[in-house]
Amino acid sequence: MTIVRPPISAAAGSRPVLDVAKLRAEFPALQLKVRGSPLVYLDNAATSQKPRAVLDALTRYYEEGNANVHRGVHYLSEHATAAYDGAREKARRFLGAKEAREVLFVRGTTEGVNLVASSFGHANLKRGDEVLVSAMEHHSNIVPWQLICEERGARLTVIPMNRRGELLLDEYEKLLGPRTKIVAVVHVSNSLGTINPIREMVRLAHAKGIPVLVDGAQAAPHLPIDVQALGCDFYTVSGHKMFGPTGIGLLYGRADRLEALPPYQGGGDMIRSVTFAKTTFAPIPAKFEAGTPHIAGAIGLGAAIDYLGGLDREALAIHEQDLLRYATDRLSALPGVRVIGTAGHKASVVSFTVEGVHAHDVGTIVDQEGVAIRTGHHCTQPVMDFFGLPATARASFAFYNTRADVDALVAAVEKVQQVFGA
Amino acid sequence: MSDLADLYQQTILEHNRRPRNFKKLEPADRSAEGDNPLCGDHLTVYLRLDDDVIKEIGFQGSGCAISTASASLMTAAVAGKSKTEAERLFHDFHEMVTGGPDAPADPRVLGKLAAFAGVRQFPARVKCASLSWHTLHAALAGAAQPVSTE
Ligand SMILES: Cc1ncc(COP(=O)(O)O)c(C=O)c1O
Repeated sequence: MTIVRPPISAAAGSRPVLDVAKLRAEFPALQLKVRGSPLVYLDNAATSQKPRAVLDALTRYYEEGNANVHRGVHYLSEHATAAYDGAREKARRFLGAKEAREVLFVRGTTEGVNLVASSFGHANLKRGDEVLVSAMEHHSNIVPWQLICEERGARLTVIPMNRRGELLLDEYEKLLGPRTKIVAVVHVSNSLGTINPIREMVRLAHAKGIPVLVDGAQAAPHLPIDVQALGCDFYTVSGHKMFGPTGIGLLYGRADRLEALPPYQGGGDMIRSVTFAKTTFAPIPAKFEAGTPHIAGAIGLGAAIDYLGGLDREALAIHEQDLLRYATDRLSALPGVRVIGTAGHKASVVSFTVEGVHAHDVGTIVDQEGVAIRTGHHCTQPVMDFFGLPATARASFAFYNTRADVDALVAAVEKVQQVFGA
Repeated sequence: MSDLADLYQQTILEHNRRPRNFKKLEPADRSAEGDNPLCGDHLTVYLRLDDDVIKEIGFQGSGCAISTASASLMTAAVAGKSKTEAERLFHDFHEMVTGGPDAPADPRVLGKLAAFAGVRQFPARVKCASLSWHTLHAALAGAAQPVSTE
């Protein structure tokens, strides 16, 4: 039987409106009531909620597939190994890597950066060398580098930004010097929302033979990622920020780069042979995955990737950009409220301050209205120092948020101003 | 809203707007720094002592309304008190805001500090209310390391 599809009648360029209610129904946590009000969850940059598909994958693994991987010859172990390796292949596709062995399972972005800082640093950093990071890095892309720099006698140098929260590419190019051994830069800033021009930054670094690590923790939930198109050498994400479980993340490393690095941790699964005289290491990725991995987490992350893959990500992005614009406009319209981070190219993250009220007080009062936001320095103290602020309040949106969530936030901020008589 | 009204009492809002003893003492006999890394609160407490008695106390720093007001009210409460009396107040205050076993049955025994009784309904804010007290404690003990609520 032939099915004749009706011609698509919608005008070119117009898209079907995203059915957000249907998406929300798949997230059990979004059905919660908090302090008597329906939860308005605007802390997605800290961690996202999880769809039913991810929760089910975790339960199914523990109930029907639990065994150690790469070790047993029995049925369950083979089953678990296939599921774990299958998750790596899903992750490869998600990141756009050429080969699955270029994708390592790690605990999260923090461990991804630490792995590279430690292994790359021990192999390559000498006294007087430089590691170049940006002014808007999360502490997890600063501190691991500081530790290794201190150990190796190397220096941390910093790409400056402007008041909008955009990196100064001219300055960046000048900072790429003969002593620069690696660049470590965030793709999307968690406190400012800025989307950095990674492809261009990689091109400039590579022109001088310098490798680049990208912190993709906040990019993964918002943007399609293609490490080959970006050209970066390393790219790392956290599962829990992209609708997957906590405790699992990915580190992509180009095969030749990973092969050139010494191991990060020693243990089982990462060796080829061990004697007391000498150990030879397994090929990548096993070389960097010592010990029993977070099998359930990897499978759950695979389920999150499948879930995202089943959605029209372009439609999600359009919806998120609408939320970003709407939230920015509505918050900016409140007297005394200032949006921090006004880059031209942003993800749906809105940091703001309320005149005369500390961010922490803002957070407590809006929480009473069932609105969950983050307040503080967001693990980016240098960004706060740059703007001369002790802290900001931050609303971060996922595709399952709505304009009604923004309205609830704005009403809650008005309540803050009432309480403080601002 | 009633919980919120308990937390943000007029006394607290007023001390946040106009903190008392908000000054550096130069020279000071003792000083200590305190940080609340969670929210970026930071303050320094300065003391002038006369033997065991807090002759003068000042503080500086930046923080949320709860931590600023707490520091302000603390300075007013301990000025002129002996070290032991100040530590005793710290203990009672801490029990009150955490709802601990020694929590005063009637918070009014703490005088104006009773304004912070509502904090116990907000576990995330207990550290804000107690930061200045921990810092005072460190200053009295002559501790060299900055204190942190983490
Ligand atoms: C930009 C950025 N980098 C790194 C991290 C650290 O991620 P994780 O805590 O999952 O390792 C975060 C999250 O807090 C982040 O927002």
